[in-house]
Parts: sequence; C-alpha cells; structure tokens
Amino acid sequence: MRRAAAVLFALVASTALAQDAGKEIRRYREMVAEGSPAELFELGGEALWKRPQGPKNVSLEKCDLGQGPGVVKGAYARLPRYFGDADRVMDLETRLVYCMQTLQGRSSEEATAHVFGTADEPSEMESLSAYIAGQSHGVKMQPGISHPKEKAAFELGRALYFHRTGPWDFSCASCHGQEGKRIRLQELPALSERKYAGPVAASWPAYRISTSQFITLQWRMNDCYRQMRMPEPTFGSDATVALILFIAATGAGETYAGPGNKR
Amino acid sequence: MRTLLAAALVCAAAPALADPTDKQVEEVLKRDLHPRGQATMDRIEQDELQRACTDAHDNPSPALAKRLEAEQMRTIRYPEGSLIGDWKRGEALAQSGRGLTWSDKPGAPSGGSCYNCHELSPSELSYGTIGPSLRRFGKTRGNGPEVQKYVYGKIYNAKAYSACSQMPRLGTSGTLTPEQIKDLVALLLDPGSPVNQ
Ligand code: HEC
Ligand code: HEC
Repeated sequence: MRRAAAVLFALVASTALAQDAGKEIRRYREMVAEGSPAELFELGGEALWKRPQGPKNVSLEKCDLGQGPGVVKGAYARLPRYFGDADRVMDLETRLVYCMQTLQGRSSEEATAHVFGTADEPSEMESLSAYIAGQSHGVKMQPGISHPKEKAAFELGRALYFHRTGPWDFSCASCHGQEGKRIRLQELPALSERKYAGPVAASWPAYRISTSQFITLQWRMNDCYRQMRMPEPTFGSDATVALILFIAATGAGETYAGPGNKR
Repeated sequence: MRTLLAAALVCAAAPALADPTDKQVEEVLKRDLHPRGQATMDRIEQDELQRACTDAHDNPSPALAKRLEAEQMRTIRYPEGSLIGDWKRGEALAQSGRGLTWSDKPGAPSGGSCYNCHELSPSELSYGTIGPSLRRFGKTRGNGPEVQKYVYGKIYNAKAYSACSQMPRLGTSGTLTPEQIKDLVALLLDPGSPVNQ
C-alpha cells in the first residue's frame, strides 16, 4: 500500500512538471472530486499502523492514543492530552514516537530521523498522522484542559505565543495577532481567538497543494519558528506541544473536519 | 463539558497565577530549541525592549513607550551625505524575504521583506497587510530632508518611533546595510519610484 501511494505521488509530481498550470489545476480538481489526496496518505498510514516494525517486529495496533490500547476512532479529537504512563502532555506525533519506542523498541533518534517528508519522500509520521486524524472526522474536538499538567502546558503555550524574541522581535502574535491580516496573500488566522483557532485546529494535519506534501502541526510549528528567525524547535518538545495545545484548547468544541487541504 | 470549557476560557482571559515569567519561557526555549545554520541559541535571549513589550502585551503605557523609543532612537546611525539611494535596487530589496533564517545562506545579503507586510508599487498585487499601505508615500508625505531622515530611521529601527511595533529593526539587527536602507528610502521617496506613480 505504502509503495502504491509513493508511486502514485511520484507520478503526480512528474506529470506536474510536464503540464501547464491550467491542466494541473483541472487535474487536481478531478482528483479532489474523486477524493482528496489526503485520503492516499490516510490509506498509506493505515498500512503503516498495521505493519510490524522495529527490533520487536510488532505493529502500532496496540498503541494507546488516550482512549485505550488500539482505539483509533475519535482519539485525535481528544489530543493533545496528559498521558500518565509518560507523565507528560503529548500531541499525536509525540505520542506516536512514544509508541514506536515502547511497543516497537525503536530509538527516538531512529523514529524521528525523517519526520518531515517531501513530495518524493513522504514520511511515516505524516502518513500515520493522516490515518489517525481521519478517524476523528466529524468528532467534536475536546483536547485535555483539566489535568494540572494540561493546565500548565496551556499557560506555557499562551506565554510562548506572545513572547517576543529573536533578531526580528517576533512573537506568534506579530503575524497571528489581529483579524484579517495577511503576509503577501496568505491569510493569517488570529489563533488566540476561538473564532479562528477552531477551524484551524479542525483542519490539521493537511495536504499541502503547493508542495504536494502532507503536513502536520509539528511541521507548522517548525516552519513558523524558522520564519521567526529563531533556532529550530526540537520535534515533539514541550514547547511545541504547549503551543499546539494552546491552539487546540482555544478552538475546542469545533467539529473535526480534516485531514484538510492547504494552499 | 461545556461549563468546564467555559471555565477554562475565563481563566484564559484573566492572567492566571500559573503564568510563566519571561525568564521561565526563555529557559523552556533554551531547552526545547536547538541551533541550526545561522540561527544560534543567543537569539533566544530577550533584550530589554522585547521583554518590556512582552510584559506590556505590546501595549506599553505612554511613559514607558516614550522611554523605550528614546533608547531605541540612540541606536540609529545616519550615514554622511544623501539618504536617497537607487529605487530600482530598493524595489528588489522590498521583494526579497530572505535573511537570517536557518535556511538562508549565512553571509548572503538579506532583503527587507517589505512586501510581506506593506503595499508599495502598484504593479505588485501580492502584498501583505500587517503594516499600513505605503502607496504614494513620497507624494503624500513629501521627500525633503526631514522625511528622508524619518524614513531612514524608521527602517533602521522601527521601534524608535513606535516602541512595540511589529516591524523588525532592520538596521539595528544588522539585517540591512546603510546602503540598502538608502535604496529603500529611494523606493519610498524618489519621485521616479513606482511607489509614487
Ligand atoms: C513572520 C510571520 C509568522 C510568525 C512570526 C508566525 N507565523 Fe504562523 N504562519 C505564518 C504564515 C505566512 C502562515 C500561512 C502559510 C500558508 O498559508 O501557507 C502561517 C500559518 C500558521 C498556522 C496554520 C494556519 C492555518 O490556516 O491552518 C499555524 C497553526 C501557525 N502559523 C502557528 C504559529 C505559531 C504557533 C507561531 C509562533 C510560534 C507562529 N505561527 C508564528 C507566518 C508566521
Ligand atoms: C513584519 C511586518 C513588517 C515588515 C517586514 C516591515 N514593516 Fe514597515 N511597518 C509595519 C507595521 C505594523 C507598521 C505600523 C506600525 C509602526 O509604525 O511601526 C509599519 C510602519 C512602517 C512605516 C511608517 C509608515 C508611516 O505612516 O509613517 C514605514 C515607512 C515602513 N513601515 C516601511 C517599511 C519598509 C521600507 C520595510 C522593508 C524594509 C518594512 N516597513 C518592513 C510592519 C512591517
């Protein structure tokens, strides 16, 4: 399955080069009508979820995403949340790494070596995220906001959001602080407001049309810190999880509508 | 669940006791970020202005704003002679969003990212709106020595005129050279510049 998806994507990428923009858009529309490209990633992710891997050669099917071992339906809509076994707040991607380590016996270095993929080389993390998130489609989003560590993560996320730093003095709010603003033509949702955070949280992870990639919220945090001219956030670190929880909790109550499409 | 959520949102609105301090946030960033390319860890350290603006939620009292602006004003260095360079080079600089990120080549010249936030020349429709439109800037504001000095200073250190502005301090941070800033002044003020058509 994974191979089939990869071949299909290679095909899509090469035909994109050969065709003009109009044809490309028409072809994309047809593809969307038949089903979003995100669905390909969901299918690939399901196969990966079930495939035995790592030193222990087991699948991730017993991974506890918060609703009990192996329960995938509705799990994403409740993330990020506190996990007692790890004694920390985790988002989907952080939790997946935890399961790769504990169930499959993989090292965190190996499990996170290629988390952000490209059009030619999508990552395991992206496909898994697509699959798990897709299993919450239509479910009301209720991330963890009651455990003391969840509350602390929310406060940290908010503080990070307004914290100005780096050579260009940016905070997240520099770009995402006011309604209706844009960078070039890209709209910038004010993520500290329910009205904007809800639909954004409900659309990630997503297929990115301009780069033919499937992108996750960890990727988004990474690229926004890059734009802030800051050092790189470590994948799955508390700072990234806190920001993701801040956005998810601010937007809580929204019905999950993803995996979506981004420009 | 509804009420629980409502309670959480109320807490979110009022600064809770658990609010981490700037120092604590800085410690988290030092632990959770790592250097990459030219984006080194010293960038995490807030300067006095960044700290004051974070604490004031970018809305400083008039007295604090005045003090901060006076301090920032002292960082501005004006070159000898004319402040007007070449608007054509200025336009290219305004277009370029390059500079200082971990994916930029260290040592390569930076751009000003102006179009990311401002409308300038009429032919560029892909402009951002974080900052005000600068269309016809020289036409409406004039282009004499005082205006030249203001625009040069504003690009060099935007915070000297508005303490917690979201516009970067492009001269003070070493992003743009005095020559580049002069080219941008020309883009805004030269009567021949497309900005003033
Ligand atoms: C210098 C500008 C800038 C800063 C600072 C910035 N972002 Fe962004 N952010 C963007 C842009 C531009 C986009 C949209 C890109 C696109 O449309 O492809 C974006 C998109 C996003 C999105 C996705 C929105 C959507 O519609 O799906 C999230 C979430 C986000 N940013 C979070 C953050 C967080 C959290 C921070 C701080 C850690 C931050 N951003 C800082 C420029 C910025
Ligand atoms: C990240 C956003 C951002 C970038 C990048 C940016 N600006 Fe600004 N700029 C602003 C904002 C916001 C204001 C309004 C608040 C203020 O005055 O500081 C502003 C104000 C200005 C003003 C004052 C306008 C007036 O009416 O007096 C000038 C001039 C200006 N910018 C020029 C530039 C130039 C030239 C560049 C590129 C070299 C640039 N800006 C880059 C956000 C930005």
